[in-house]
Amino acid sequence: MTMTEAQERIIGQRRVRREDPGLLSGENRFSDDLVVPGALHLVLVRSPHAHARITRVDTNAARSMPGVVAVLTGGDLQSEWASPMPCAWPVTPDMKSPAHYPLAIDYVHYAGEGVVAVVARSQTEAVDAAGEVIVEYEELAPVLDLEDAVKDGTLAHEALESNTSFVWALDPNPDAVEAAFRAAKVTVSERYVQQRLIPAAMEPRAMVVVPSPMGGDYTIYSATQIPHVLRVMLALTTGIPETKLRVVAPSVGGGFGSKLDVYAEELLCLALARRLRQPVRFTEERGEGTMATIHGRGQVQYMELAANDDGKVTAIRVKLLADMGAYLQLVTPGVPLLGAFLYHGVYDVGAYSFTCTGLFTNKTPTDAYRGAGRPEATYAIERAMDTLARKLNMDPAEIRRRNFIAADKFPYESVAGLTFDSGSYHENLAKALDNAGYTELRAEQERRRAAGDPRRLGIGVSCYVEMCGLAPSRVLASLNYGAGGWEAATVRILPTSKVQVVTGTAPHGQGHETSWSMIVADKLGISPDDVEVLHSDTAIAPHGMDTYGSRSLSVGGTAVYLATERVIEKAMKIAAHQLEVAEEDLEYVNAAFRVKGSPDQQLPLAAIAFEAFTAHNLPDGVEPNLEASISWDPPNFTFPNGTHIAVVEIDEETGEVRLVRYIAVDDCGNQINPLIVEGQVHGGITQGVAQALYEEALYDTSGQLLNASLADYLVPSASEMPSFELDSTVTPSPTNPLGVKGVGEAGTIGSAPAVINAVVDALADLGVMDCQMPATPERVYSLIQQAKKQQ
Amino acid sequence: MRVEVTVNGQERAADVEPRTLLVHFLREHLGLTGTNVGCDTSSCGACTVLLDGESVKSCTVLAAQADGRSVTTIEGLADPDGTLHPLQRAFQENHALQCGYCTPGMVMVSMSILAEHDTLDEATVREGLEGNLCRCTGYHNIVKAVLAAKEEMGATR
Repeated sequence: MTMTEAQERIIGQRRVRREDPGLLSGENRFSDDLVVPGALHLVLVRSPHAHARITRVDTNAARSMPGVVAVLTGGDLQSEWASPMPCAWPVTPDMKSPAHYPLAIDYVHYAGEGVVAVVARSQTEAVDAAGEVIVEYEELAPVLDLEDAVKDGTLAHEALESNTSFVWALDPNPDAVEAAFRAAKVTVSERYVQQRLIPAAMEPRAMVVVPSPMGGDYTIYSATQIPHVLRVMLALTTGIPETKLRVVAPSVGGGFGSKLDVYAEELLCLALARRLRQPVRFTEERGEGTMATIHGRGQVQYMELAANDDGKVTAIRVKLLADMGAYLQLVTPGVPLLGAFLYHGVYDVGAYSFTCTGLFTNKTPTDAYRGAGRPEATYAIERAMDTLARKLNMDPAEIRRRNFIAADKFPYESVAGLTFDSGSYHENLAKALDNAGYTELRAEQERRRAAGDPRRLGIGVSCYVEMCGLAPSRVLASLNYGAGGWEAATVRILPTSKVQVVTGTAPHGQGHETSWSMIVADKLGISPDDVEVLHSDTAIAPHGMDTYGSRSLSVGGTAVYLATERVIEKAMKIAAHQLEVAEEDLEYVNAAFRVKGSPDQQLPLAAIAFEAFTAHNLPDGVEPNLEASISWDPPNFTFPNGTHIAVVEIDEETGEVRLVRYIAVDDCGNQINPLIVEGQVHGGITQGVAQALYEEALYDTSGQLLNASLADYLVPSASEMPSFELDSTVTPSPTNPLGVKGVGEAGTIGSAPAVINAVVDALADLGVMDCQMPATPERVYSLIQQAKKQQ
Repeated sequence: MRVEVTVNGQERAADVEPRTLLVHFLREHLGLTGTNVGCDTSSCGACTVLLDGESVKSCTVLAAQADGRSVTTIEGLADPDGTLHPLQRAFQENHALQCGYCTPGMVMVSMSILAEHDTLDEATVREGLEGNLCRCTGYHNIVKAVLAAKEEMGATR
């Protein structure tokens, strides 16, 4: 099927989103907007302690409160579970994972863990009754610090022998690493802390489980990124057959990984709806959500580089301590593994060694958060490269150039065992430096230094590569991940020639309806307005692996593309039959099948669609209807990449860091809709900048989350951010026929190291070599003071 | 207690508990779920509506305080035939929303930014948006949308 020039290319157009009018007028429905008559309200009594034994629970007073239907403890509900809550990524055969039930039994292991479920006729009645539940605790010492946890003095779980869940290593050639470090002219040895972050999607988690009035079936409406995975896990955990469960994700108000999970409240609502035979709903309050919805990051990284004196890196050695939090959620242990393959970043480094120790602490469980493992890895290598450059008195851009994987080396077999598909690293860097006016910026920095200007200028460069398009199922198998990496799609052309697309991806702001309709319309030569996209309902889209890890377009969009191709193939058979010519003599142009060299002889797709529906005159062996379903398993990951440059001003007198410019060049392969690509990059940059400058989940010594509200946890607002200066290179991925790579996490991955490199760069003439994240005024001010004392 | 409010031009009334917040009155008693709740500390601005033409966070106002007054929510901006308000259109054209959860609040606060300033620049818009959080867009396109709407609305005045 060749596309002729006569057909308008829809792919690549900046089309506004079809999702928007409903969202802009309040017509769309989020989970908490759904009106379900007779729904009961679930409120949880949560542990105030990080680690404690439950000595007494008294629910009598609560049970007699107005409107209360049930007050149940973990013990009361134990018979509801066919299995504990799932961890789908047992990274090693000997991985330790304490049994995790939706409500605590006997012990609590983090502040915010659910202890008692209160169900009442209204939310206010449930909240009032929860206040009457009496729980007594015997407090136990909490494990809070990773470097303490690995020493195993105090245990996070009394039932485990140590705090170590697993040790996972990637060490393909230990002798080469040792030899490189022995021979190194320069070494860098750093310790970086990836502070815990609170994902803080604007929509709190919300769900309502509605039993069928006929009995036995349940519809679960949930603000989830993963309706398909959730359905499987609900079935496994409650023992309700999968066929009796329908999961629907209505409009979902952001996820960033925090809604890529199976949560206690979803299980509780389902089990309570079964037990009470009534609809049950739960909507988290922000304050409890920050404690009971997963956190991100939480790692201590020991990063070592060996290099020659020309700046060429010869080996990298990484040791990682990763905070699992109190329990292993859906993919918790796998997050550091996603980074393990990328600590060498965009550089050709010779030898590599990685070890990760996954540790339990008495804190909120961690799990995948925007970028999941890759921002952490990129941060470490990009910070270390700057330190190496400084040691060698070399420009940070120059040291990167000397180490890049060269453009002619793709496909590139990485030292960690991946095959990088394509990339233009030199071009990205050159473009970014040019767009930034790098030379002028350096001159301005010098000018300010010479003048003793208290507004210090810092310029930070960061180059990144990520692995997206999760993922080839066989590769996931080799990492012990409990599911595949394929994606499903159905394309059907209805009798009126309108097109329905069913996708297994589950968007929550990424604009899949717009992009998928563009892919199909482009291929069929029709208007995107004639293409409807259905998703996020397991009754409508029974197969899928959902949306996370920048996989949707490269895997799910490709599936949609391939299904469209198959529908055209089938329509071609019918057209050939009707026109009484051989299929080879037909071409598909402008939504019509026409005889090659004889363009007057043609049948429009619309006519074939109607023929396929009436089925009055189909060729032998061709079934009625124009429809194709496929499940596509990608042959490889995709490897988006880019260069980000942050320009900061630091007020020497207050330590305040102000991001004044942000320049990014991203290569996400072909762009279906550049408008959407840019939006994804903007949001991603802001989340990375937030890690660099503002955000951190802070705990006190007893394990209390100190900044559990948005009044205390600084999510950046418009006034903290500049406008961004974006550009791109386009190096199509050979991994899929669309040539796309993925872009949802790019901004987050590139930005945190760019910003901290800029902060350190601003202070480098004082001798400052590192600044821990977030670079708060207090932290930066004290770095300046210490440095000045030592001068 | 009885609360009577003009909402999007219509007289609406309901019996509510005295502790009922305006946002819950709108969502639960009047079924206007376009206004969202994003936090419990009046920090996020998702629940922003116009009260007598001024933007307020409807989680900081009791329904009783709105008694006898006029409220505009996101449902009240488009024309009855569904034609979007120029500001809503500017949000779409500039891709100023992704998940859309903060969007009703962003649009409503932007309405008052537009009303309060004869001319607008980027810094003023950013300052005006300070009380509303968005986790998706990084604000770049929201700022663009508000400036574009100002230009268009000024031109049509």
